[in-house]
Amino acid sequence: MRELILTRHNDLVDPFVHVWGWEIPLYLFLGGWVAGMMIINGYFLLRGRHREDLCVCSVLPGLGVVLLSLGMLALFLDLEHKLYVWRLYTTFKIASPMSWGSWILLLVYPALLSAALVRIPPLLGALWPSLDRWSDRVSARAGAVRGIGFANVVMGVLLGIYTGVLLSGLGARPLWGSALLGPVFLLSGLSSAAAFTHLVARHAEERTLLAKSDNVFLLVELFLIALFLVGLLSAGEAHIQAARLFLGGPYTAVFWVFVVGLGIAVPLLIQSLAVSHRIRHTALAPLLVLCGGLALRFVIVYAGQFSHWVG
Amino acid sequence: MARYGMVIDTRRCVGCMDCVVACKTENEVPEGLNRDWIASDTRGSFPTLHTEIRTERCNHCDNPPCVTCCPTGASHVEEPGRVVLVTPEMCIGCKACLSSCPYDARFVHPEGYADKCTFCVHRVREGLDPACVAVCPTRCMHFGDLDDPNGEVARLLDSREHHVLLPAAGTEPRIHYLG
Repeated sequence: MRELILTRHNDLVDPFVHVWGWEIPLYLFLGGWVAGMMIINGYFLLRGRHREDLCVCSVLPGLGVVLLSLGMLALFLDLEHKLYVWRLYTTFKIASPMSWGSWILLLVYPALLSAALVRIPPLLGALWPSLDRWSDRVSARAGAVRGIGFANVVMGVLLGIYTGVLLSGLGARPLWGSALLGPVFLLSGLSSAAAFTHLVARHAEERTLLAKSDNVFLLVELFLIALFLVGLLSAGEAHIQAARLFLGGPYTAVFWVFVVGLGIAVPLLIQSLAVSHRIRHTALAPLLVLCGGLALRFVIVYAGQFSHWVG
Repeated sequence: MARYGMVIDTRRCVGCMDCVVACKTENEVPEGLNRDWIASDTRGSFPTLHTEIRTERCNHCDNPPCVTCCPTGASHVEEPGRVVLVTPEMCIGCKACLSSCPYDARFVHPEGYADKCTFCVHRVREGLDPACVAVCPTRCMHFGDLDDPNGEVARLLDSREHHVLLPAAGTEPRIHYLG
């Protein structure tokens, strides 16, 4: 038996750390989603699909800029000393995942904007004809398009992994103390992006390709989540207790129902039936995947703050 | 170079909270927040229970995760004494340091920056003890250079069994508790 009584009652810290509210999970979700869209769009550019009339290449980069900006707004709202945010860009701390992230975000925007220039959405082209002329110049150069595609894939992978490493770099929370968190968040971002692209794609071939890819992403994500839990259970006492938050502890129901069940298993089943032509493609599975991705970030951030070292 | 640390005799600490009040007064710690606090830690099964009362604060770790994770360098290790400090004008209030501290020793100051125990460096530079050490009525707290073999803290550590908090966290804390 152990009873520990503290006279400390610091806001955001006691009775357990809860320094991050909705802003950080939302930012991590949007960042992962945009990372997935960059990888998918980059792949399409590398394969030359931007030449197809109905390619989603005209939608994804612009939307990525909007979603990432919303995520950064959420991140900014979370800061307690907002006027000093510029300090992020007066230094580079090699050991700080957050410092890496702030510089990666600065490089993600040019990659997204250059990808947007390859296929300007028709509405923007009509509003600013000069954009169309620039787009024609860029898309006519195969090497430039391949370079932009490659840059988007690389920056997408870095951004997606960073959203997980941001948490796993904070070793005081045993739940986050896993190198698998980066890959889990990357796969979740990819599956969210594939689901969303599947939702907005107008090209039938693209829709099928993305539904199939999403199934693979979801399967790998499920496998990584299982490995993540096994890794925690085979580590020290603090990590075992952290894993128990999902195995009978206070976060069990929300994790298994919303993240694994409705967020991965059910859409995986629906999309498997859809790609084998047993049922029609609907918006249900992609929407569930997106909600599951958001739930994953909320559960990991909240449960992680709840977990702590024991001694 | 010096490596400041504390040795706290848990057999002498009675949990009177003089250290807490002294810290709040000396450092003008805002109402409702604490840089140091008292822990009452009871272990065992009735009737063989053991209670340790101790005063806790930032451990000024040799391997401080709060410094490693800080994206701006606001959290840093300062000489002399390798004390872990925060520069308010560099802190963006991201709270990564709060999440990274296994001792939950940090908090957000109402002005928005991360705050914590400084070992009263402003007093130490003048040759004084930290306020909490200076006021302790049972003299259970001892402050000094852990690397000075002839110093009081090193001698106490040599003479008695001692432990640190959460050694498994790997932060190498510099506050030692005599059992």
